[in-house]
Amino acid sequence: MGAKTGSSPPVVLPPASSGTALFPSLNTLKLKTKQQELLIRVSILALVYVLAFAIRLFSVLRYESMIHEFDPYFNYRTTLFLTEKGFYEFWNWFDSESWYPLGRIIGGTLYPGLMVTAALIYWTLRFLRFAVHIREVCVLTAPFFASNTTIVAYFFGKEIWDSGAGLVAAALIAICPGYISRSVAGSYDNEGVAIFALLLTFYLFVKAVNTGSLAWALASAFGYFYMVSAWGGYVFIINLVPLYVLVLLVTGRYSMRLYVAYNCMYVLGMLLAMQIRFVGFQHVQSGEHMAAMGVFFLLQVFYFLDWVKFTLNDPKLFYSFLRIALTCAISVGSLALGVGMATGYISPWTGRFYSLLDPTYAKDHIPIIASVSEHQPTAWSSFMFDFHILLFLFPAGLYFCFKRLSDATIFIVMYGLTSMYFAGVMVRLILVAAPAVCLISSIAVSATLKNLTMLIRAKNNATPMGSSKGASLKASAKASSFDQPLPYQRNVAIALLLGAFYLLSRYAIHCTWVTSEAYSSPSIVLAARGAHGGRVIFDDYREAYFWLRKNTPADAKIMSWWDYGYQITAMGNRTVIVDNNTWNNTHIATVGRAMSSYEDEAYDIMKSLDVDYVLVVFGGVTGYSSDDINKFLWMVRIGGGVFPVIKEPEYLVNGEYRVDKGAAPKMLNCLMYKLSYYRFGEVTTEYGKPPGYDRARGVEIGNKDVKLEYLEEAFTTSNWIIRIYKVKPPKNRW
Amino acid sequence: MGEILMVPALGKILLGLLLLASSLSALGSSSPSPDVRILSAERRVDLTSSIVKVYLTLKVENSGASHAADIFLAFSPTETEHLAIIKASLPEGKRKKKKYIPLDVNPTELSEAPNGAKLFSVSLINPLMAGETAVIEVLYILTHSLEPFPAEISQSESQLVYYRDSAVLLSPYHVVEQIMYIKTPTSKIESFTRVDPTNRAGTELKYGHFHDHPPYYSSPILVHFENNKPFAVVEELVREVEISHWGSLQVKEYYQLKHAGARHKGVFSRLEYQARPSINGASSFKQLLAKLPPRVNSVYYRDAIGNISSSHLRTDYQKSELEIEPRYPLFGGWKASFVIGYSVPLEDFLFESPEGQHYLNFSFGCPLYETLVDSLTIKVVLPEGSKSPSAVLPFGADQYLEKTFSYLDVVGRTTVVIKKKNVVPEHNVPFQVYYNFNPIFMLAEPLMLITAIFLFFSACIAYLHMDLSLAKKA
Repeated sequence: MGAKTGSSPPVVLPPASSGTALFPSLNTLKLKTKQQELLIRVSILALVYVLAFAIRLFSVLRYESMIHEFDPYFNYRTTLFLTEKGFYEFWNWFDSESWYPLGRIIGGTLYPGLMVTAALIYWTLRFLRFAVHIREVCVLTAPFFASNTTIVAYFFGKEIWDSGAGLVAAALIAICPGYISRSVAGSYDNEGVAIFALLLTFYLFVKAVNTGSLAWALASAFGYFYMVSAWGGYVFIINLVPLYVLVLLVTGRYSMRLYVAYNCMYVLGMLLAMQIRFVGFQHVQSGEHMAAMGVFFLLQVFYFLDWVKFTLNDPKLFYSFLRIALTCAISVGSLALGVGMATGYISPWTGRFYSLLDPTYAKDHIPIIASVSEHQPTAWSSFMFDFHILLFLFPAGLYFCFKRLSDATIFIVMYGLTSMYFAGVMVRLILVAAPAVCLISSIAVSATLKNLTMLIRAKNNATPMGSSKGASLKASAKASSFDQPLPYQRNVAIALLLGAFYLLSRYAIHCTWVTSEAYSSPSIVLAARGAHGGRVIFDDYREAYFWLRKNTPADAKIMSWWDYGYQITAMGNRTVIVDNNTWNNTHIATVGRAMSSYEDEAYDIMKSLDVDYVLVVFGGVTGYSSDDINKFLWMVRIGGGVFPVIKEPEYLVNGEYRVDKGAAPKMLNCLMYKLSYYRFGEVTTEYGKPPGYDRARGVEIGNKDVKLEYLEEAFTTSNWIIRIYKVKPPKNRW
Repeated sequence: MGEILMVPALGKILLGLLLLASSLSALGSSSPSPDVRILSAERRVDLTSSIVKVYLTLKVENSGASHAADIFLAFSPTETEHLAIIKASLPEGKRKKKKYIPLDVNPTELSEAPNGAKLFSVSLINPLMAGETAVIEVLYILTHSLEPFPAEISQSESQLVYYRDSAVLLSPYHVVEQIMYIKTPTSKIESFTRVDPTNRAGTELKYGHFHDHPPYYSSPILVHFENNKPFAVVEELVREVEISHWGSLQVKEYYQLKHAGARHKGVFSRLEYQARPSINGASSFKQLLAKLPPRVNSVYYRDAIGNISSSHLRTDYQKSELEIEPRYPLFGGWKASFVIGYSVPLEDFLFESPEGQHYLNFSFGCPLYETLVDSLTIKVVLPEGSKSPSAVLPFGADQYLEKTFSYLDVVGRTTVVIKKKNVVPEHNVPFQVYYNFNPIFMLAEPLMLITAIFLFFSACIAYLHMDLSLAKKA
């Protein structure tokens, strides 16, 4: 605990060394160096805490206090349910508003950590008589936890290096774009609290390994429990920690501290994690968690052998015993694993897990994972965008870590390297890498700055400057190694120091710019620059959802592509066929099939699903490019994956996807095309272009005379971004 | 609405007897006197909006021997049900110096009127002496009295409505001469009942003059005409007025809006609506105008899912006007809900009565122009620690007290709740809420905050100075 200084003397001191007592009154207030350092440290941390919160508020200032994107709407809806109905109801909630007609058992299929956290904050504030709305709490949960993460980063940095590195780590992570991207105000997603939980668990575990204390290991188990309750990414912890233990064993760093820390953390963490319904018995049944269990048993064997070695006290005897014991242990272990796998007690690795290890796996086997843009492999530019100078500081930090290898630095090196690999596999996992990159970079920054300042102060030390004692004592001790200063050493050091500050300031500028330009848009409300430079707001999503909420029957079923499912249920309060919880591939494929069939075939599918309204997103008028026509090939692919009637080549012309005159006939007459372009042929979107000019794709559409037989236009938003069609009742047979 | 109130002969005799009996019992003021006659009645029915306004000018003569203190007005049961407000006044002076003296109008419980007709008594200031005449002007407003027909229309159709009334004034008195004008919003009148003499000129229909009709005579008419005025109805409006003695008054209004005209059926084509909104969406409306107090600030307009960006505020020193657009245009039967909130300086609305009480003087009714409210609730949230609240309203409404909890409230704020049904813009008159408040209570919340922060820092200092470890450090 950095803030605690044991029994420190009172803050106000009598003038101890009043050499130049020009201001005696001020001198009485003078703090001791240690206190000064504490004061500076605490105030820096407080400022970083505020900064981390404040930089995430761009979206609130620019737009409004609202929930962003897709998944957060589900989280918001469930939190609302939790605060209104209580935890018991929430835990047993069967949601009939989604996945019609299947429904979804919410309590058993979600990580409740985020909702419970927000609800607890809400209830606490309510108890303290702060009449806040639950939406405000949800919007600000992510920034709040980002602020808390900076504190954890500080302690973590302090644990693995020193308090200077901790401060730098806190400052770096406070504004790191890779982390901000998922924790701006309104981004009410699991990751918001999960990164905090992840880092906290790691910190507590490292602390436990360093101290060998049961208390820290217990705290780490609870941190792990919180992480499990918050995010599926806990699998990373349960695999990284055993890997780390394994590495320590291999490198001969086995110790009692490690034994205590890991056993306590694993056993208690596992038992606690089983309390989360969605996770259940996966810790003992799923292939993804087996590594942790294996390492647990390995540690016991290690301990046992250690004990035997101690009692036998005979190297030769012990060696033969070791052979027998190891053979037995390995054969028993592999037999158990084999039996478990064969009987199906231990489930094999899931596709998601495979796709992490093998970047090409999803593309070939699970189109539904591959269709999500945040599951794409990361481009170099986004690494640069999200990490900026940290990308160069990261290897430097690794160098420093290897130079001063300890249990803690090994951990951070492993965390950094593995998470960097995963960040390369999937864009969204940059988030997991961000804390590690910040921590390792902070070591580089802190160590470099420290060395440079030492060089500068080494000279200063000669001149009597008795005021700064504690730090410079150490410094002079170290600086004594540089007995023969190189020529211009001091000037070079100053130049390098200035360069470092320039780089860091560029980083700060870059982060602010990225946050304000790229990561603070709610994606529900679209903003564009108008012809006169003013800001034009397209609020079509909410227009359509509110229309659905108010002007359709309360039990209406809405069919749309799964992307909009959560938003429709949360904002439109209507039942959807599929949503962003893509648990049932067949159901999604059915919707994809309906969208890519001819109208009459689609009508049969829609009737079988009781669909009342169909919602499509269309950007042809505004030039909004992430609309359904651009996502259409994924619908075809996912639909075709289950129903071979749908064949992707039928929608392409020479392997090319087009919507103009040269488009494939099936494309021009499928439901999605018709619904998107219904009566669009009569619209002049741009001056000097023919009517029916699609601005999102920059072509004149191929089928301008769209006739609908089984559906009718029910509502189109003011910028045509959302179009809702009503499915007509069946015709009379007589 | 158009029940024929032709009184059968027997009933007439019975009624006569009853009337005689009541006049004999020297309670002339409590029931219509047979001696009073209406010399002339002029009715102007204004159908130009969704709310029906009727201006009635009566010239009354007391031909009997006793004086008459009250004049009675009769309404059919359907009219009574839809009657939002009724006002009577006595014009005084000539031409330019004409003044109107408001008169009290009260519903009576007299059951003697035939066919359930309801009587309202207008109390004259000076009783009408024998042989005297007086002119009374009455304004009454009927809501939900225009029935859309056809009840469902498509996007491009114009909205047609029925209006039902009687060509002859329903009155407990003998009416000597009368005339009725009906003003419609456009000259497009599909049909109307002819009761000779009937005239139609442009947007005006004229029924009359009719002569010598007995009491409770009525002659139903039906007018079928075009009315594309916004049929905006706020089904429920909750206005929360929160008084803060720190200098502001926060108002928050929750609207449940509905287009109460002919229901929209079939397709809504944005293309057609955008191309020619006046034709392909004639019956719809997309914006509303709210009149807010001057010096209004921090105005917001949002709904359950967030801010609605389409609103404009114009302020000047007399009033502020907020132009709001719901998220989508409203067609018949479509609904929208939203919240408008704003704050105004306290000194404009809070005053001190001579008895030392504070009182809030705020406008009743809905700030939206030409909009009727089916059910209005006003909640005046008084500051924490207020005592003996009482509301003073110019008309009857349900009232009760409740507790509201806002920021840092411990005991809760006393809240005066006023409920009224069927509210029209004419109800936008000031009402007052009186209460006692000791300004010392204003300091309670800041002191609580200061104490909390003080305790926090004390705890920090104590923690830093205490050694809680069991084992002494080396």
